[in-house]
Amino acid sequence: MNRQITKLFGLVVVLFAVLIGFTSYWSVFDAEALKEKTANKRPLLEQQQIRRGRILAADGTVIARSVAKGRGDALRYVRRYPEGSLYGHPIGYSFVEEGDSEFERFHNDELVGNDSEFTSILDELRGRRQEGNDIVTNLDPAAQATALADLEAAGFGAVVAIEPQSGRIRVLASNPPYDPNRVPYELSKLNTSEIERPLVDRATQGQYPPGSTFKVVTAAAGLESGAITPDTPIDAPGSLEVEGTPLENDFGEDFFGATLDTALTNSVNTWFGQLGQQLGNDTLFEYMERFGFNSTPAIDLPADEVSKSGVYNEEEELLGAEDPVDLARLAIGQERLVVTPLQMAEVAAAVANGGKLMKPQIWSRVIDPDGRVTKRLDPAEYSQPISAETAAELTTAMEGVVSEGTGTNAEIPGVAVAGKTGTAETPGNEACGGGEEENQAWFIGFAPADDPKIAIAATVECTEEFGNDVAAPIFRDVAETILNGE
Amino acid sequence: MALVPVALLLTAGFAAVFAQERSQLDDASLIYGAYFFAVCLATHFFLRVRLPDADPYLFPLVALLMAFGLVMVYRIDADLARDQANWFVLGLVLFALTIQFLRDYDVLERYRYTIAGTGLLLLLAPRLPGIGQQVNGAYLGVKIGPLAFQPAEFSKICLVVFLASYLREHREVLIVGARRVLGVTLPPLKHFGPMLVVWGASMFMLVFIRDLGSSLMFFAAFLALLYVATGRFSFVAIGMAMFLLGAWFFAATVPHVHDRVEIWLDPYAHPQASGYQILQSIFAQADGGLFGKGFGQALITIPGTNSALLPAAQTDTIYSLIVNEVGLFGACAVILTYLLIAARGFKIALLADDGFSKLLATGLTAVFAIQAFVIIGGVTRVIPLTGVTLPFVSYGGSSIVANFVLLALLLLISDRARRESGAAGRGSGILLEGAG
Repeated sequence: MNRQITKLFGLVVVLFAVLIGFTSYWSVFDAEALKEKTANKRPLLEQQQIRRGRILAADGTVIARSVAKGRGDALRYVRRYPEGSLYGHPIGYSFVEEGDSEFERFHNDELVGNDSEFTSILDELRGRRQEGNDIVTNLDPAAQATALADLEAAGFGAVVAIEPQSGRIRVLASNPPYDPNRVPYELSKLNTSEIERPLVDRATQGQYPPGSTFKVVTAAAGLESGAITPDTPIDAPGSLEVEGTPLENDFGEDFFGATLDTALTNSVNTWFGQLGQQLGNDTLFEYMERFGFNSTPAIDLPADEVSKSGVYNEEEELLGAEDPVDLARLAIGQERLVVTPLQMAEVAAAVANGGKLMKPQIWSRVIDPDGRVTKRLDPAEYSQPISAETAAELTTAMEGVVSEGTGTNAEIPGVAVAGKTGTAETPGNEACGGGEEENQAWFIGFAPADDPKIAIAATVECTEEFGNDVAAPIFRDVAETILNGE
Repeated sequence: MALVPVALLLTAGFAAVFAQERSQLDDASLIYGAYFFAVCLATHFFLRVRLPDADPYLFPLVALLMAFGLVMVYRIDADLARDQANWFVLGLVLFALTIQFLRDYDVLERYRYTIAGTGLLLLLAPRLPGIGQQVNGAYLGVKIGPLAFQPAEFSKICLVVFLASYLREHREVLIVGARRVLGVTLPPLKHFGPMLVVWGASMFMLVFIRDLGSSLMFFAAFLALLYVATGRFSFVAIGMAMFLLGAWFFAATVPHVHDRVEIWLDPYAHPQASGYQILQSIFAQADGGLFGKGFGQALITIPGTNSALLPAAQTDTIYSLIVNEVGLFGACAVILTYLLIAARGFKIALLADDGFSKLLATGLTAVFAIQAFVIIGGVTRVIPLTGVTLPFVSYGGSSIVANFVLLALLLLISDRARRESGAAGRGSGILLEGAG
């Protein structure tokens, strides 16, 4: 019988080896996949037990913090947003059941303290509980409040303010706002209100026709490519037949022999239309792409929560240089071009920064639980779409817009302002309820023009007013708030 | 001499207890620890006196499992751990009584039909009106007044004793009387009758008790004994085919068994309902990784609520909690401990020189190892998850008491075998070596 007993033991060894094999598979080899299963709430529940770091405004105002509930095994942290709806965008929210969004989602690893595998093992050996890091943002509370208050008075829309030299985002406001504290109670309501859609960050996801603000890009392409100089005259009749439909200036006004300054100051459609045709697809798209069009914005927000700016066809596909487009209308911001307010703020910021576009960033520094700054924003260049010379020429032209052209409401006493208005007609826009007199009003610009401190894009949707009437005053208020705060 | 491994292993066990308890309850944990150590030491000396030649590793290995189990149960619920400690003491009392009064365990052979009858009656008890209890669709428990227990735990010992005794007597005729039919060696029907009764009992358990786990455990032990007794693999193959046939038939017709199999095959079909336990068991293991989260660090309930994140953590899924807290390495240590116990058990069977002792030791060891396999295999989705306890680790009085009786029998056999074979086993390594 002994032979059989030995064999039986062999079988037991094999069976136990199978157990070890399966345990290894679940606990190590398949562990990552198992953690991603929707039925597996453990990762979320465990994150809930970590004190998530705070999110602070540039001046230290607490935007988000975690409060403890329960004790011992029942201990968990719940997110609170003391400033309510002011920073609903771009900070987003983070809750176990509802998930997370925007800044909270993008910076999740830092906020929960998932720094590195090595440090976490060290902490575990030292018996230390994982703790999250605080993140200080570049957001300016006064300017953010001004932007949101102005927007709430003017209509739905967005404001983005960027420090041109560093790419620091000082304001990112979207109206209608939402209060992240309400998300656990009314997420489905916030999601389903069709027209308002408060959870959509219009500053980064709003897809608006840019109207005449896009002429800045066309002008930049013209100057930088050498197609024109500031002194090149172009005959711009009051009406021009393009692709079978007349392209018209405001009031049908003729501008014969006009140069860039005149054309931009008076926002002459036929002038820029002809310039666009002269540049051709390749050049115009090349400069658009240099400014960040057709790419996911380099901002610190989740890629699926920011939109690419560019020309979209009916299938919602981005068009490129090889696709047939109506160049004259694209050059004045029409065609099927849609942009985010963030993109237009980046255009203004690049011109303001001598042609250099910095990566726009909301975060400024990461502070560990011991109070040490572990990471600090190192401003990085995104691209250099135009030379400093071109930027200076554009600035001069944009100053004319504010001092004597279509954007006079953006004037700040004692400060030179460079900018450009835009009023895209969006009749029958369903997002506005289908009214006939609906415009997308814009203002982009920077101040002071000679020593830019801030570049801003402001837009209001579904308005009967023009860019200079509703968007320029928002620009002015926000710029003033930031300049006064310096 | 034998005290050295004991002390080492117990110290290891206590290190774990203290590491866990120190952070929560200083004085009490020391008292508990000292108490546990004293009880183990007393048992050890009792063993040295009563069974001086018995295997010196078995009790320390079991004490290690007990200590580890106590830590895990304490970590889940301090009250449960106190109950568990009481069961532990009761188990040791029965252990000592068995050793004291059953030195001449051959007497068991004389009462084999009584024992078999008792075993069957115990199995049947959960279905008896008034005392039977249903748990999760299976009839596993009996409650008489304040006393509740799971009779299957005791009935497994009865079954092994009967089989060992019956096979010792009939193994010759089973081998000799076998004939070949169509190239398959069949056992003689006359002597195989009682074996069929065992098969019937297993099937009966599937249908009436609805206890898939115990059924599997019993039948596997039966096949193991049959194989060792006759050396005929064909008998095992026939038995296995019969079991699978029966299991397949009942899986198709008995809803409870059918559900268990369905859940096993596709737990994601109802992740919040029927598949919840096995999925959470696997998620807990995934959460543990190589080294685990550390004692007391894993989530058992959903924080802030009383709803279980790992259902039945103190019994069925305790192994998953172990993986969660001490990782793959810790779990391997636990499995290795079971393997060492199995190795010592089979070693005893090898050393024993009469047929009954051999078969009894083999059967007891096999049923113990298979029980560990059935529940660990269940929570790791090797086989369908069933409600069997993890011996000496899971919370549960019946399991502890019954397994201590099982251990006592093994040590009795060991003592006699090693005394008779002189110094054969002494000074040998802990692992099974080629003594056959």
